[in-house]
Amino acid sequence: MTGVALRIETCGKTFADATRALEPVTLTIAPGETVVLLGPSGCGKTTLLRIIAGLETPDRGGRIVFNDKDVTHVPIERRNVGMVFQSYALFPNMNVAENIGYGLKIRSVNASERKKRIAELIALTGIEGLEHRRVDQLSGGQRQRVALARAVAVQPSVLLLDEPLTALDAALREKLRGELDRLLRALGITTIYVTHDQSEAMALGDRIVVMRKGAIAQVGTPRDIYFAPENRFVAEFVGAANIIEAVCEGGALVLPGGALPLANGTLDGPAFAMIRPEAIKLVAAGGARLHGRVDSVSFVGDRQRASVGGAAGKPILVDVPNTMAVSVGDKIGLSVEPGAIRLLPGDPT
Amino acid sequence: MRERAIFAAQLLFTLLVAGFLIIPALLSILAGVTANYFRGIRSGLTLQWVLQVWQLYDDTIFRSLLIAISALAVTLLVGIPAAYGLHLRGDRLSRAVEEIITLPLAIPGLAIALALLLTYGGFGSFRGSWLFILAGHVVFTLPFMVRSVMAVFATTDIRSLDETASSLGASPWRRFLDVIVPNVRPGILAGSLAVVTLSLGEFNLTWMLSTPLTKTLPVGLADSYASMRLEVASAYTLVFFVMIIPLLVAMQIFSGSRSGPMGARR
Repeated sequence: MTGVALRIETCGKTFADATRALEPVTLTIAPGETVVLLGPSGCGKTTLLRIIAGLETPDRGGRIVFNDKDVTHVPIERRNVGMVFQSYALFPNMNVAENIGYGLKIRSVNASERKKRIAELIALTGIEGLEHRRVDQLSGGQRQRVALARAVAVQPSVLLLDEPLTALDAALREKLRGELDRLLRALGITTIYVTHDQSEAMALGDRIVVMRKGAIAQVGTPRDIYFAPENRFVAEFVGAANIIEAVCEGGALVLPGGALPLANGTLDGPAFAMIRPEAIKLVAAGGARLHGRVDSVSFVGDRQRASVGGAAGKPILVDVPNTMAVSVGDKIGLSVEPGAIRLLPGDPT
Repeated sequence: MRERAIFAAQLLFTLLVAGFLIIPALLSILAGVTANYFRGIRSGLTLQWVLQVWQLYDDTIFRSLLIAISALAVTLLVGIPAAYGLHLRGDRLSRAVEEIITLPLAIPGLAIALALLLTYGGFGSFRGSWLFILAGHVVFTLPFMVRSVMAVFATTDIRSLDETASSLGASPWRRFLDVIVPNVRPGILAGSLAVVTLSLGEFNLTWMLSTPLTKTLPVGLADSYASMRLEVASAYTLVFFVMIIPLLVAMQIFSGSRSGPMGARR
């Protein structure tokens, strides 16, 4: 099955009580692509998903286009979208097979065909043996699979997932994330996935749309978003980041504890620099270009997270290998590859 | 020893209270099948009074049933979509509407009847028909249907169920039948029993709204108390009991089982 190209054109949303939930957003999504809408609660990601679904109408001027067909005014029941909600919303009055087959029944698919398709989906989502279970007898993970099977049963043009893993515990979430990723790639359905969990976004998205206060903060591949955030919000929301206020001078970032060479040496003046904790190395104080003092160390298993004072205007977080001996009060040097320093616009957004 | 004495005292008290409440009902039923109440049970048991009630008042019984079933039909048709709409909107306006619908519960039936009479009393054929009483009963029973359905909506994520069904291609009507109604069945059932029982027993409103040709069972009952032999009035009560008690029992069984199978579904 081939995916549908999706175009969102200047879709904003102002609710009846004049709350501005979404600034006009424009976004093009390729057939079969999985795009993750990532952001804190209230950033407008769910509103955008609901506009794509047809559960909300965009403000005047907004358009939703599926494969060159304008569906802005097509009601949800004729848009052919698949939806999975955080609560799964399985129909309590139907068993697992009836839930999965509901969309097919609505489309008047005959009983034998329906049965065949339900069996395929049950196998695809790995819930064999549960066909006749009532939905209240399912575990969280099983519910999630049923909801997904039901949504893809109708071969939707677009699959819309609203925090589908949030209701599950951490271990199960990680397992299902992998399954979901394989399934989405196998099906090739154009997918919009809403989450506030950055690791989910990284793992599942071909592209991530980071949203903030009803507007798009950045669109890019997981690597773009992580390594090359365009603004401070994205840098801080996705992963851990040191945002350092400093001055660029002579091809280096000048800090109280020394200077770090920059990849682009032509910039001069005050700047915000972002450095990920894992991009900083603790080295011997002698010969290092930046010096500091270890203020605290916490061991978190796969690594240690140290806070280093005196190097910049505020403490710098550094990821230290878990076997390295480091203790509070150590005078140390810090080394950073020039390419790992990202200069951000001065504006805090 | 002391515990036994306390238990005996409690039991005695309970039996006295129960007797105080139950004996009048039993006496009333007994009076309805006694040949001559003043001579007591020695005069013999008879069904003649029940038969006489049937001959004199059978129209009130059928009318009461007709009105109760019609009131149920109207409250189902109006109440469920209303509850659905109010739940989906869930804003200040819908809360105000809910309050307004509930208002008739706090207003004496006589006042509602008076208002209906003032407004529609001039429409002769409407005023003189059983439909006029039906209107009063719908005003009075609608809140019970709306509230009991809304109570179920409040505990079910009906909005997500509805939206999911719509994403799967179901039209609003189809969703209503396939998803909404089956999942609020407990509320609908509880509301229906409340509507039927309340309508069958309603006197205040009905007494004002009825005409001599459109008497309902409770109005007929008042009439027979005022103008008939005590035995006839009692037999009439017996007929009313026979009609209403199965409904009350059904209501009780139902409200007991609500926390069972449906509760487990959540």
